[in-house]
Formats: sequence, structure tokens, C-alpha cells
Amino acid sequence: MRKGLSWFNTTSIALGFTFLYLPIVLLVIYSFNASRLVTVWAGFSTEWYWKLLQNDQLLEAAWVTLRVAFLSASVATVLGTLAAIALTRYGRFNGRMLFSGMVYAPLVMPEVITGLSLLLLFVAVNFDRGFWTITLAHITFTMCFVSVVVQSRLVTFDRSLEEAALDLGCPPLKTFFVVTLPIILPAVVSGWMLAFTLSLDDLVIASFTTGPGATTLPMRIYSQVRLGVTPEINAICTILIAIVTVVVVIASVITKRQEVARERAERLAAAG
Amino acid sequence: MSTGVTEKTQTTIGGIRRKFAPWNDPAAVPLIRYENVSKRFGEFTAVDNLSLDIYEREFFALLGPSGCGKTTLMRMLAGFEDPTEGRITLGGQDLVGMPPYKRQTNMMFQSYALFPHMSVWDNIAFGLKQDRMEKGSIAARVEEMLKLVKLEKFAKRKPHQLSGGQRQRVALARSLAKRPKVLLLDEPLGALDKKLREETQFELMDIQMQLGMTFLIVTHDQEEAMTVADRIAVMDHGKLIQVAPPAVIYEQPNSRYVADFVGDVNILEAKVEAIAPGNVSLYTSVGGGAKLSIAQNVEAKPGDTAFVAIRPEKVRVDLDPPAWQEANCLRGEVWDIGYLGDLSIYHVELEGGTRIKAAKPNLTRMVERPITWEDKVWVSWTPDSGVVLTR
Repeated sequence: MRKGLSWFNTTSIALGFTFLYLPIVLLVIYSFNASRLVTVWAGFSTEWYWKLLQNDQLLEAAWVTLRVAFLSASVATVLGTLAAIALTRYGRFNGRMLFSGMVYAPLVMPEVITGLSLLLLFVAVNFDRGFWTITLAHITFTMCFVSVVVQSRLVTFDRSLEEAALDLGCPPLKTFFVVTLPIILPAVVSGWMLAFTLSLDDLVIASFTTGPGATTLPMRIYSQVRLGVTPEINAICTILIAIVTVVVVIASVITKRQEVARERAERLAAAG
Repeated sequence: MSTGVTEKTQTTIGGIRRKFAPWNDPAAVPLIRYENVSKRFGEFTAVDNLSLDIYEREFFALLGPSGCGKTTLMRMLAGFEDPTEGRITLGGQDLVGMPPYKRQTNMMFQSYALFPHMSVWDNIAFGLKQDRMEKGSIAARVEEMLKLVKLEKFAKRKPHQLSGGQRQRVALARSLAKRPKVLLLDEPLGALDKKLREETQFELMDIQMQLGMTFLIVTHDQEEAMTVADRIAVMDHGKLIQVAPPAVIYEQPNSRYVADFVGDVNILEAKVEAIAPGNVSLYTSVGGGAKLSIAQNVEAKPGDTAFVAIRPEKVRVDLDPPAWQEANCLRGEVWDIGYLGDLSIYHVELEGGTRIKAAKPNLTRMVERPITWEDKVWVSWTPDSGVVLTR
């Protein structure tokens, strides 16, 4: 027996979604505004998207952001996966508590502190600040997220799979690449995606660790907004929203399809 | 190679196993030797100064409750654990310190441990690829293995597309594909239901004879060990209690532990009264006191405490006192009857509360039995059906 939504539930859902999505909807609508004034609607236009394509500063910032995000997410994924393996596999080693504490510290550390301490480090070792310092900083703070995601997969990993590979004559390193990694790959990929998006929208740490010539998109947007919101900003944000939505939808469709295929296969197997 | 080995190869499948007993042949050279092996995990001793020889083409079972060290003993042979002390050799080669991927043993895991991202074909070919065997021979061997376990039609499936029994067969085929010197089976049938398990036991025996390989199986299921094995080692707390063929383990257990672990048994405490060659006379105070006589040679002296073990199927239950003997007769009352269809189990309560189990085959089709609840009965057994145990 299925009842319709009660008056209370309908209102709750409406309020909740309004709270979450109204600002975003407004932003998207105004990115198609013909007027230069953000708050006045003057008809539909794609003018600002064309303007955006000619705004070298914003495009340059977007390119820097993508490179930083790609590079830092990839390195963080390798390091985070290694840390996760060490933490789940080698039950007790000297300094395990210290190591796991240190891996997770950036999760709870206020970004301002992470950013400031990294800045102090780079100044102390006299490292030229710019693209590479942002990348290093992003590796540092996204690695722990990768580690958490991969570790949760490794906890349920059946060790006898690796033992079986060893038993059949496969050396340990090769076992990792042909057995362990393919099985935990979904977790590693979602770790990478998490690191990528974290790096993509980071403003605080990037601001602390940047130098001349390396401005990321969030930094550029932030500095422009201080001079007033332009419809160009709305346009680039709309594009970002579109990209994120497309990626999320693709990812969830793929997982759902795999699940369905798996369930069907299992039903077939059970039926003989 | 001993003569016993060649005899076994001549045995046809499904035929009666001929005498195969290299362990009785002083000239036979064991394939696997555990020499004074101990394994400790911190404070816990899993295997305690244990020595054991296993011969080529033997189907050997390690039997014991969980935590008795049987799995550790097997994992040391596979190379997943190293002994704390002692030596393990395989075909004369010292194995200690050799990593698992260099050993000529293969293991079938309890969880099957099939690689979920590979097809059945690739799972079976995995070990062969590690040996860099050429493609044609790999394909031939995989086909042969698929045929052996009757899974030719499933080569392209992934493990999650198979039923439990099929997965078990893939795991078996994968571990046999490299023709290891020893196949290790870790509770291989634990996840199957009873009927499938029984069928698979016989298939395992067939395959073992067909390939002429040495199998070492770890199990806590005594029926399974009795069915498949040439010899059984009963383990407890990291030690071997008895190593013998199934019939000896069952009929001549060397201790109360073995008698109790393998099959059902009645155990009566008694005092040794007299010892003659081939016979022991005892007296038990159980059930108001009775004389016992067992046809057996025992290392004991009069006055020692001993235990008489008697299997339920060897105990007779009669309404009248058995006139044919004076020893091994105890009075009691039928306390309960368990009807199992093929057998009825009579629980007879003796004076003082001790209960004796007796199994009677239901040879005729009768719903009413002559002996029923609360009947006064006599339980008895012949001198050659009981066993005297001193530990």
C-alpha cells in the first residue's frame, strides 16, 4: 500500500531543494542574461559565453587549474594507495599509530593552517612559489582522502586472492599489479576523482602557496567577484556545473549498469 | 619407489583400493617430511615440535577441531608461514625460507580465492602463464583441466556467474593445472551442501588416483577425512595424537581424544584387574559394578586406571540377560530412543545415571519395536569389539 506524500513531507522536500539549488538556478539563469547588470533580467543571450572565450585571463586560470588538479590527483592517488596498503596490511609496525594519525591529520586540519604551514615551508627552503608549490600543496591535502577511500576497500579485500596468486608462482610485485590493483581499481579511481575535484575548487590553500604567474580558476573568480559579479563569472560557473553534472551522471550510470549486469549474472548462475 | 606405490597405480577407478601402505615399508622414502617443526605466534603455540612423514601418491588428511594447528601445518608447506623451529622438506629439498611462488605445491583455498576479474579459462591458465609455458601447451592444459572437472561449457564465464559447486571445481582445476608435487586442500568442501559434498568427495578421490598425485587435505569433518584419506592425522593443540589409516583411527584409537573426536563412542572408566597375552580384565564401578573383558594387548599393570571405549553399533541391547558371557554386561533402563530410519539409537541409563548409546539397524519393516521406553534391558558387547585406552 503506497500513500501519497503528506503535506508536511512535500513542504520539507520543497524547502530543502529550494535551499540547496535556488542559488545555483539563479546563477545559471543570469549567465544567459543580456544585461550587464547581474540583477536585472533583459532577455536571453549567449553573449557572455562568447566574451568568456576571449577572456584570456580566465582561460589561462582554467588551464592552470586543470593541470594542477590532474597532476596532484595522480600523485596523491599513488601515494594515498601506498599509504592505505601499508596501514591495512602490515598489522603492527613501529610507529603505526603515528603514521595513521599523520595521514589523516589533513582531513581535520583547518585549511588555513595547512596553507600557512606549507607557505612557511616553501619560504624556508626558498622554493619559488607558483605552479609547482600549488601542486605539492594539493598532493599533501588530497592524499589522505584517497587513502581513506582505498583503505575502506582494502579492509574487505580477501587476502587469499593474493596468496592464491603467490601460490601459483606469481611474485609479490606482479601479484599486486595483476590481482590486487585490478580488483581495488574502482576505489582507486574514485579516490582520484575525489582528489581531482578537491583540487579543482580549492581556494584557500592555493592562495597561500601560489606565486606570480600561477593563478587558479577559483582564485581568479574570487578576485574578480571582489570587483563586482560579472555575467562572465556566471557563465564560467555554469560551464563548471555542467561538467561536474555530466561526470557525476556518467559515473553513476556506469556503476548502476555494472550492478544490474552483476545481479543478472548471479541470478543466472543460481538458476544453473 | 616402493612396491606399494606401483600397486596403487594399478588400481582401477571405482575398484577396490588395493593395499597401499608405504608408511609400513621401511625402504620407502617420504615425499614430505616435517622434522621437529614448531610454529609460535607470539605467546600462542600453533604447532608444537611435530614430526610427520607423508608419502608420494598418498591422500593424507589433517583432522582436528578449529585452532588445533592443522591449517598452520599446511600453510607452512605452502610457504605462507615459516616454522619457528624445525625443518620441512619436499622431495628432499629444504623448504624453509623458500617463498610460496617458488614451491612446487599448489593450494585450493577454503574461499576458493578465484580471481573475480578473470574468466574461468584465465583463472586456470594463471599459474601456467607464470611459468612462461608456451601458448599452445597452456591452451591444451586448460582444456584438459576443464574436461577433468566437467566445466568445458563455462570457460568464458566469470566466477560470479557460477554456482558454488562450479566455483569449487574451477578452484580445483586451477590448483591442479600446474601438476604440483603436492596439492593442498584447505577445507575444500566446507561451503557445499551435504549431498554435493559427498559426491565431490568421491570425485576428489577419483581425480587423485587418475593423476597419481599427493593430496594433503585439512578438514574438521571426520566423515570427510574417513571417506577420502589413505591416512588421517588427528591433531590437538599443535600435536599429532594419532596418525593411521581411517579404519585404525576408528577401530583402534590410541586415546580418548581420538575415540571421541572420530565418530560416536561410549567411554567407561575402569580399573585393570589382570593382564594376559591378548586379553585384559577390568572392573568398572559404573552401573552398579561389572566385570569387563577386552581382547587386546595393553601396556598397563593391575590397579591402573584405564578407559574402555565402545562404539554404539557394537553394543547389543537385550531384554534378557545374555547367557553367552558373564563379562561386558550392564543393566539399565531405556531412557530414550532416537529413530533415524536406517538406525535406531537406544540411550540406556545405567544405575547411577551413566548413559550408554547403542545403535541398532532397523533390518525389518516394523513400526512397533520389541524394546521400548522404560524397558529394563541388558547392554553387552563382545571382548573383541571394545578398546582399552590408557590416556
